[in-house]
Amino acid sequence: MSKIYSDNMLAEVRKGEEKWSKELDNILDQHPERLSRFSSVSDHPVNRIYTPDDVKDLDYEKDLGFPAQYPFTRGVQPSMYRGRLWTMRMFAGLGSARDTNKRFHLLVNEGQTGLSTAFDMPTLMGYDSDSPRARGECGKCGVAIDSLKDMEILFDGLPIDRITTSMTINPPAPIIWAMYIAMAEKRGINRSIIGGTIQNDMLKEFIAQKTFMCPPRPSMRLITDTVEFATKEIPRWNPISISGYHIREAGSTAVQELAFTLSDGITYVEAAMERGLDVDSFAPRLSFFFNSHLDFFEEIAKYRAARRMWARIMKERFKAKDPRSMWLRFHTQTAGCSLTAQQPYNNVVRTAIEALAAVLGGTQSLHTNSLDEVLAIPTEEAATIALRTQQIIAEESGVANTIDPLGGSFYIERLTRDMEEEAFEYIRKIDDMGGMVAAIERNYPQLEIADAAYKYQKQIDSKEKTVVGVNKYVTEEDLPVEVLQIEAELEENQIKWTNKVKDTRDNKKLKEALEKLGEATQRDDNLMYLIIDAVKEYATEQEICDVFREAFGIYRDPGVY
Amino acid sequence: MNQKRKIRVLVAKPGLDGHDRGSRIIARAYRDAGFEVVYSGLHQTPEEVVQAAIQEDVDMIGLSSLAGAHMYLFPRVLELLKENGADDIVVCGGGIFPGEDIPKLKEAGIKEIFVPGTPLGEVVKWVEENVKPRT
Repeated sequence: MSKIYSDNMLAEVRKGEEKWSKELDNILDQHPERLSRFSSVSDHPVNRIYTPDDVKDLDYEKDLGFPAQYPFTRGVQPSMYRGRLWTMRMFAGLGSARDTNKRFHLLVNEGQTGLSTAFDMPTLMGYDSDSPRARGECGKCGVAIDSLKDMEILFDGLPIDRITTSMTINPPAPIIWAMYIAMAEKRGINRSIIGGTIQNDMLKEFIAQKTFMCPPRPSMRLITDTVEFATKEIPRWNPISISGYHIREAGSTAVQELAFTLSDGITYVEAAMERGLDVDSFAPRLSFFFNSHLDFFEEIAKYRAARRMWARIMKERFKAKDPRSMWLRFHTQTAGCSLTAQQPYNNVVRTAIEALAAVLGGTQSLHTNSLDEVLAIPTEEAATIALRTQQIIAEESGVANTIDPLGGSFYIERLTRDMEEEAFEYIRKIDDMGGMVAAIERNYPQLEIADAAYKYQKQIDSKEKTVVGVNKYVTEEDLPVEVLQIEAELEENQIKWTNKVKDTRDNKKLKEALEKLGEATQRDDNLMYLIIDAVKEYATEQEICDVFREAFGIYRDPGVY
Repeated sequence: MNQKRKIRVLVAKPGLDGHDRGSRIIARAYRDAGFEVVYSGLHQTPEEVVQAAIQEDVDMIGLSSLAGAHMYLFPRVLELLKENGADDIVVCGGGIFPGEDIPKLKEAGIKEIFVPGTPLGEVVKWVEENVKPRT
């Protein structure tokens, strides 16, 4: 036990606070505060001041410790950014594989240290560009990938043996990953040395982001296959990026983001352990992905609470022994939902504040949104400003020079504790329902988020919460920024190209590969090996997804609001 | 007394776009305003949207799009309504649209377009003023 504050000191503080409050009351009659109630973006009440009395039980050793020491509140790496800065990883994807390849080269040349791929809607949902469901959507909000051929073009000339690649893909994640592995092997790069992340977090899809293919339970099987495969074959890969980002974008509070994300993580750990994997064999490769919204201190406390909670969950609930299993390593993206179409240059400022919170919260990698991202896919100029924002924080502001600089702040420590308690309460509630899969099946997290989103919207409409340029400081304006448009011929060209791939492959071998995969779905086999065989025969993404839809059924949106 | 029929609205998400924060908020706002609301859920084809509108006998369809496919999906819904003799159903849209697309969508027959930042009260008021229960 190493309590920070003595009882004597706390008594003095309480006395002092009482005196100060009394004096303040006298002037508040004449000079009232700006608001009758102060609260965070998530509507968490905020006190006038925080003192040692608010964190009187804080135990340095038990609650904070040192970086890279349990419970990791202050960070997972021993020297944090003094050793190596976070990875600056900008999400990019547009049009064809060739277009996106060009953008990747630009970002790498500008100093970016990791790649991150955005796919178009048909690819995200497991449809090829020539599907009737893909009409009008090809290449619109990301890159269209139909087959291994597209994957080869996408990474052409990029040093994938040295650079790590993140791919935001969910229902078809095993297939897109298989294409990446096959592409690397065709280039003579051994699968054991490639590194990167697939998002592959279906639970938060059902909860928030909503790209669907099969129902929750078979989805868990596919995900567990990838975890097992990564553990055995691709040790440098993060097979799941357990994501709160989209939960927050869908309108959750910070605590809901924290609670639902960690609850999803618990579910993946349980599934892998049920598969027979030792917790310490796979848990070190689980990674996380959080949002950074505008409420500066709330976000910083959220990251600190997340690290401490995950460490406690892994140690106490799952009996992990390897400290790396207890590390919560995370990527952060600034909040797309905080950007405004009105006065879009203000978005640069919002993003800078959010990025700063992520860095003060100890993120391992960061995407900063571009000022025009609320309107369309970013232009090159806007994407460069967003990257420069990170570089200014990293190399000019000085905030990366010391570790967890806000640790010990009465407010931050109190908020960290409050968020941990409230999030654990949610997790207990979900456990009582039978876990996250059962909770999703009864639409529990979906409706909790819908409630929070509706409440927030009403607070904006009533001007209880300010959004500059939207409900305050409004100006008459036309769209002032240049917006990137995807040309209409793209869809036509991509369909032609994919049809050509289908015509020139060995369709007999392909059929055999797909049949073998279909049969294996009915057994307990790990499907990753057969998916890789199929993509090497140039099976398209949809052809493989259709095998899964046939075997496992299709999930449809319950449409609750 | 003559009981006035409530306005019936279909809030629909055509296409593969999964951004449903806005559409679900709008559905709630319409419900709270006293409209009868049908929410399509995600990932509907234009055919499914029009079929639901006719089956549910709605007075208005609110289409939501945030992933850039509106220039195909919205006119397609209008076209199918016409083919089915249901083009007296008012259609409006909400979501993210490049500025130059808005006049084109209106020309195609989308009665109004709501962009991010529009207060809920304004959207509800527009419906009350522009949509009459069909008899």
